[in-house]
Amino acid sequence: MNNQPVHTEIPIVSSAEPSSLRLIMTLGIAGFFSGLILVSAYVFTLPLIERNKEEALQAAIYRVLPGCSRYDAMILKNGELVKQDKNAAGQSVSRIFLGYSDSGSVIGFAIPASEPGFADVIRLLYGFEGTGKVIVGFEVLDSKETPGLGDRIFKDKHFVSNFTALAVEPELEAVKTGAKVKPNQVETITGATISSKAVIRALQKSLKEWRSAIDAYVQKNQLTYNQRP
Amino acid sequence: MNAIEQSGRAYQELIKGIWKENPIFVSVLGMCPTLAVTNSAINGLAMGLATTFVLIGSSLLVSLMRKWIPKQVRITTYIVIIATFVSTVDLTLEAFFPKIHKELGAFIALIVVNCVILGRQEAFASKNPPWLSFLDALGMSVGFIIALLMLGGIREILGNGSFFDISLFGSHFEPWVIMILPPGGFLLLGFLLLFFNWLRAVRLDRAKLEAEKVKVQHG
Repeated sequence: MNNQPVHTEIPIVSSAEPSSLRLIMTLGIAGFFSGLILVSAYVFTLPLIERNKEEALQAAIYRVLPGCSRYDAMILKNGELVKQDKNAAGQSVSRIFLGYSDSGSVIGFAIPASEPGFADVIRLLYGFEGTGKVIVGFEVLDSKETPGLGDRIFKDKHFVSNFTALAVEPELEAVKTGAKVKPNQVETITGATISSKAVIRALQKSLKEWRSAIDAYVQKNQLTYNQRP
Repeated sequence: MNAIEQSGRAYQELIKGIWKENPIFVSVLGMCPTLAVTNSAINGLAMGLATTFVLIGSSLLVSLMRKWIPKQVRITTYIVIIATFVSTVDLTLEAFFPKIHKELGAFIALIVVNCVILGRQEAFASKNPPWLSFLDALGMSVGFIIALLMLGGIREILGNGSFFDISLFGSHFEPWVIMILPPGGFLLLGFLLLFFNWLRAVRLDRAKLEAEKVKVQHG
């Protein structure tokens, strides 16, 4: 007699269990809508993001080359630096930027560089005064370094000030904070050694890549540099 | 349920996240962003605000769809919803507020793995109507922001000698670098948990004493 309620309970339990198809459908639909939203968000924001990056790059060029008021994009062609054709402008080729002052005299080159840091690639831009052989400005364009530690490569004013008059010869050298004695030494940040060294590596690599072309260009065009105070 | 009871319940759902069920000091949830990003007050605040947006958005959505999501795949579905929200926020910020995005860039992806958010979907939004879920999410977010701000503020003051980037002690102060490194986060969180648990114990004792006093007077 007591068995009856037990029997009736079993079908209820099994009917509460949704079929595998239902589960797959739910996840499929969720995934479909999620994908749709993500793709539309990506497509919608991509041109804006690209424009922001281009604007950030332009603003950075003026900051890393103090006194710069106009610049030309330059590319490498057969090992020589030439002005980039305005119509063929694009981000696919690596470019550097030659900056001029109001009076038209050459200030220096703004050169992008990148290197893997502690988290993801650090992209930066630095100002290089060709004949003086010094780096005159530095800015991080993009990084995912740890907030509060690695991000001090652009938030720490003391570290950034390393790059306002940094000699690139004989070569860049990393030293501890407060230990700088020579003009080619960079004081790294305590607690962010990996990020600071990545910045130095990026500069070294990029200098190696561009120096000879820049020197050749400077010599060929007999560029005279603005005398810095 | 009448109107007064209902508004009382709504108030309870809103207020519980701030003290009684504070996601960090009581539930000890979402430790990854808590410890990783709170090395300055502004970082804590920014992370708190970004989390607030995602938490409220996904709580509303999960609550609206709670009847159609089979319980066997609920967690996966919640994660899909949360991740979609986070990615959209990430792209939108990068497109419209590049400055804020540059500051927050590294945090935003972390929000997906914040178990405060998943926890609220599982414990609340999946069982309650949207307006209560909204209040619950709002209360939890405020509690979360307060906790992150407290951690970030103290760590920045001790570890960097500043608060919201305003220098407090001048150049004579030697910052305790450990406080902005991960061990400092663990240390401070431990002390804060100790403090809040002690506070709770004291309050409980006092309440007990009061109750006994009342008993004695009436007895």
